[in-house]
Amino acid sequence: MSDATTRDETIPAGSGALLRALRAIALLRESWIGMIGAALVLFWMVTAILAPVIAPFEPNATLMPFQKPGAVFPGNADVAAGTFLLGTDHIGRDIASRLIWGSRTVLVHAPFATVCAYLVGILMGLAAGYYRGWVDDLLSRLADIILSFPVLVLYVIIIAHFGASAANIVFAIIFASSPGIMRIVRGLVLDLRNRDYVAAAQTRGEPAWWIMVVEILPNARGPLIVDACLRLGYVTITIGVLGFLGLGLPPPDPDWGGMINETRSMALAFPHMVVFPCIAISSLILGFNLLADGLREISLRD
Amino acid sequence: MQLDESAPVLEIRDLNLSYYTRAGEIPAVIDFSLTVEKGESIGLVGESGCGKSTVAMAIMQYMGHNGAIKSGSIKFKGVELTTLGPDALRRLRGSEIAMIYQEPFAALNPSLTLGAQLVEVPMTHEGIGLGEARERALSVLTDVRLPDPERVMDAYPHQISGGQQQRVVIAMALLSNPALLLLDEPTTALDVTVEAGITKLIAELSEKYGTSQIYISHNLGLILEVCSRVFVMYSGEVVEEGSIAALFDRPRHPYTHGLFGCIALPTADKNAAPLRPIPGQLPLPHLRPAGCNFGPRCDHFVSGQCDQGVLSMQGVGDEASHRVRCVRWQSVVHDPESSHGAPQAPIDIGDTVLEVEHMQKYYEVRDRSLAALVSGQGVRWVKANEALDFDARRGETVAIVGESGCGKSTFAKVLMGLETATGGAVRHEGRDIGSIPVRERSARQIGALQMVFQNPFDTLNPSHTVGAQIARVIRKFGVETDPALVRQRVFQLLDTVKLPRDFFYRRPRQLSGGQKQRIGIARAFAGNPSMVIADEPVSALDVSVAAAVTELLTEIQRENETTLLFISHDLSVVRYLADRIVVMYLGQIMERGRTREIFEPPYHPYTEALLSAVPIADPDVRKREIVLEGNLPSVLDPPSGCPFSTRCPRKVGTICDDERPAVQLTDHGHAIACHIPLRELQEVPPVIEIPEAAE
Repeated sequence: MSDATTRDETIPAGSGALLRALRAIALLRESWIGMIGAALVLFWMVTAILAPVIAPFEPNATLMPFQKPGAVFPGNADVAAGTFLLGTDHIGRDIASRLIWGSRTVLVHAPFATVCAYLVGILMGLAAGYYRGWVDDLLSRLADIILSFPVLVLYVIIIAHFGASAANIVFAIIFASSPGIMRIVRGLVLDLRNRDYVAAAQTRGEPAWWIMVVEILPNARGPLIVDACLRLGYVTITIGVLGFLGLGLPPPDPDWGGMINETRSMALAFPHMVVFPCIAISSLILGFNLLADGLREISLRD
Repeated sequence: MQLDESAPVLEIRDLNLSYYTRAGEIPAVIDFSLTVEKGESIGLVGESGCGKSTVAMAIMQYMGHNGAIKSGSIKFKGVELTTLGPDALRRLRGSEIAMIYQEPFAALNPSLTLGAQLVEVPMTHEGIGLGEARERALSVLTDVRLPDPERVMDAYPHQISGGQQQRVVIAMALLSNPALLLLDEPTTALDVTVEAGITKLIAELSEKYGTSQIYISHNLGLILEVCSRVFVMYSGEVVEEGSIAALFDRPRHPYTHGLFGCIALPTADKNAAPLRPIPGQLPLPHLRPAGCNFGPRCDHFVSGQCDQGVLSMQGVGDEASHRVRCVRWQSVVHDPESSHGAPQAPIDIGDTVLEVEHMQKYYEVRDRSLAALVSGQGVRWVKANEALDFDARRGETVAIVGESGCGKSTFAKVLMGLETATGGAVRHEGRDIGSIPVRERSARQIGALQMVFQNPFDTLNPSHTVGAQIARVIRKFGVETDPALVRQRVFQLLDTVKLPRDFFYRRPRQLSGGQKQRIGIARAFAGNPSMVIADEPVSALDVSVAAAVTELLTEIQRENETTLLFISHDLSVVRYLADRIVVMYLGQIMERGRTREIFEPPYHPYTEALLSAVPIADPDVRKREIVLEGNLPSVLDPPSGCPFSTRCPRKVGTICDDERPAVQLTDHGHAIACHIPLRELQEVPPVIEIPEAAE
C-alpha cells in the first residue's frame, strides 16, 4: 500500500537508544501542540547553552538605569557600545542579558530538582506498591501528611528555616513533590505487579529489587515521562515564585522570579522591567505543558 | 423511515468496509453479502482479525471515527441503513436491533441499579411510563430465568454473578422485542457450565420472541449448537457459507478443512491422530496476497490459478445456500482422516515426579466490621485447596480441570513457591516443596519446575528484548554463564519452539499472540525442567494458533520426557492432551482417574455436567443435556457437606448437605468423591455418544 503503511518499520526497532529517541521525536511530529511545546523548550535550552555568546552585556554590570527597550548604550571604558534590546532595570542592568543568563538558573535547577524528586518518589512508590502491607501504610500516610500542607507554606517554612540557597531550593522541591510522584508510581505498580511476567520473575526466584527496577519500572515509563514534563513546568513556577518571594537564589545573580520582585514597585512607570521576565517564565512553563500534552496525545493513540 | 415487514430482516449486499489508521487504509470487510430471514439464526465464525465483529458494528452503523463503508448496502426490513441519519438510527438501535457483548460487566453501568438500566429501554423507545416499564422488565427478567427478579431490579451489577449479569444484558436486549439480535461472543467470558445455560436460554428466547440472530463466535462447536446457517470468515472475506449440515459434513474450503483439523474433536488423539495446525500465519491486513487470501497457507495452492484476480463466491451445488470462495473447490477433497497429523508413538511413562498428599491451602480473611467483632467471628478461612491427593509421573500429562474459583490456580502457586501450603505435602522429585517459598529454593530446584502462563500478552515483559528475557532465565538457573554459550542456548531454544533466530533482538510488541506464547514455552524449558505447569496456555489464542502451540508443547514434552501439569477448563482439549485427569470443584477433588475413565461412566455428577457443557463441533456426536441451576457458592461460605450439593442434579438427600462424601475407589485407582454408590453411578448412560462409523 502507501508509504505511510511502512513508516513505522523504516526505523529498525530496538536497535540502540539513539534510534529509539529519534523515533519518539518522529512521532512527536504528529502532534502540533507537542511541536510548539518542544520548540519553546528547545528555544530556552539553546539560549541557556549559548548565553556567553549571545548575551550582549554582562548580566550584573550596572550600566544605565531606567532605559526603555531599544535604547542605545554609547559604550564606556570597560564595556563596548550596544543596544538595550529589552531596556534596563532600576540599577542599570541589561534586562535581555539577565533573562538570557537567568535561563541557565532555571534550566539547571528545575530539571535537577525534578530528577531528584523523581528518584525519591519512584523509590517510595515502588516499595509501597510492590510490598504493600505496612510499608505501603507507612509511606502512604507519610505522603498524605506532606500533601495536606499547602505547598507554598511548605516551601516558605523549609527555606526560611534553612536559608535561601540553591541546595535548599532543590531540597524543598524534593520534599514537596516526591509524595505526589510516589502516589502515581504506586498506582502504576499496583497494576503492573499482577502481570504474568512479574509472576514469571518471582517463580524463577528473582530478588525483589530486580523485579521492581527491571521488570516493573520500565513499563511505567510512559505515564511517568508525561508527568515529569508537567512537573518540570510546576517546578519552574515554584522557582519563579520563590524568587519573587525573596526566597530564591541570593542576588545579584540573575533569577527570573527575583527580577520581577525587584522591579514590581515600578511596574506602572516602567512595565518592561516586569513584563519581559514574566513572558520568559510563562513561555517556558507553557512549553513544558504543551510538550506534556503532545506526549500524552501520542501515547494515547494506537 | 418506513419499515417493510415483508422484506428480509437484514439484507447486506457487497459490503466493503475500511478502517483508516496511521498505517493507511485497511480493508476490514471485503465483498460481504448476507440475508437474514425472520427467526433465522446465523453464525459468523473466524479467528481474530477476520472482520466478524466489524460486520456487527457496520449493521449497528457504529464504526468509530476511523471506519467507513466504501460500497455496498445494508438494508434492515427494506430500509437502507448506510444513508440513515443519526435520529432515525437512534430509533432503530436498541429497539429494532439489539446487541449483546462479550463482557457483561463492561456492558452494565456499575453506578446504576439494574432496574434503572432496564426500564430505560422501553421508556426511551416507546415512551411508556415507569410503572409499565417496570412490569415489563420484571416479566423479561423472569423469562431469562433469574431467581428473584424483584431483588435483581434493586441490585447493582457487582452484586450478581457474571452469568447473571449476562442474563440481565440479554433481558435488556429483549425488552424492546427487537427483530434482530447481534451477539458478539456472548459466552466467551463465562465458565463452561454457565455458558451452556446461557446458550440454551438464547435459543429458547429467540424462538419464543421470533427474533433473528447473528451469532459471532470463534467456537465452531457453539455455532453448531445455536445456528442454522454459518459463515466462515478469513482475513476480511467470507470463504465459505452454508447450512450447518452442509458445512460441517461437507466443508469445501481448505480453510474450513484446516479449522476442523485444529479442533480437538473426540476423534483426535495426541498419539494416534494429532491435531494438524494450519501452516503459516494470518496475513496482516495491508499485506494480503494477490488472489486468494488463504493461498500462502493452503495445501491445494496452485500458482497461476490461486494467486490471480479477485475471487468470488461460487455455488457448490449440494444446496442453494452452500457457497465457497475458492477457484479449486472441485478438486479439493475433504477427507476427515487426512485432517490429522502423522501418528506418534506414545511417551514412556516413568517414575513418579510429583506426589501431592493431603495438600491444603487456606487463606485467612479478617473481617473488621462491627458485626464480626461482636459475634467474635473476626477471622475466617478461605479453603482454596482442601485435601488434594494425586501424583504425576515422568513423561505424563496430568490435567486439572475446573471452573473459575475451583482452586486450580492456587495449587499452581503453591507448586511454584509463590504461596506455601497450609498442610499436607507436595513432593517434587522426592523433596517436599510445599512449605518452601521460592526464595528459599535452589536454582536447580526452581529450574526443574517451571510454568507457562495463560495470557500471551502478559507473559513477556514489553520493555525487554526476547533474547534478554530468555538469557536471564538461563543465567539465573545456572545452565550457562559464559555470554557466548548463553546466547547459543537461547538460539537453541528459539529453534526448539520453531521461531527464527532473529527473534532474539525483537521486542514482545512485534510478536503475535502465538509467537509470544512460544517464547513463554521456551522460557519455561530453559532450565531443563522435569515438570512444567501450563495454566490454560492456549485458551486466549485463536483456534489455528492454539493447535500449533498445543502440538509444539507435546512435541517438546515428548523430546524431553517432561511431566506436564495442564490446567484448563476446556474438557475437549484435556481429553486430547491428558493421560490422567483431576476434576476440581471449590478447592476439592471431585473425581480423578485416567482420561478414558473420566469420559465414561461412572461419572461424578459434576463431571457429568461439565462433559455436557462443552460444545463439540461434530454434528454426529450426540450429547445428553444437563444444565446446572444456580451459581457457584462463595468460597467464603462453602456448603458444609459435599461442595457440589447446592447445584447437583443427582442429589440424594440431606446427607449431601451435611456430610462430606468419602472417596470411592475403583480397581484401577479411578476415584470419585460422592455419596451415590459406584454401582449406581456405573449405570448412568454416557453423556457423549460418538457414532461407531467415525472410527
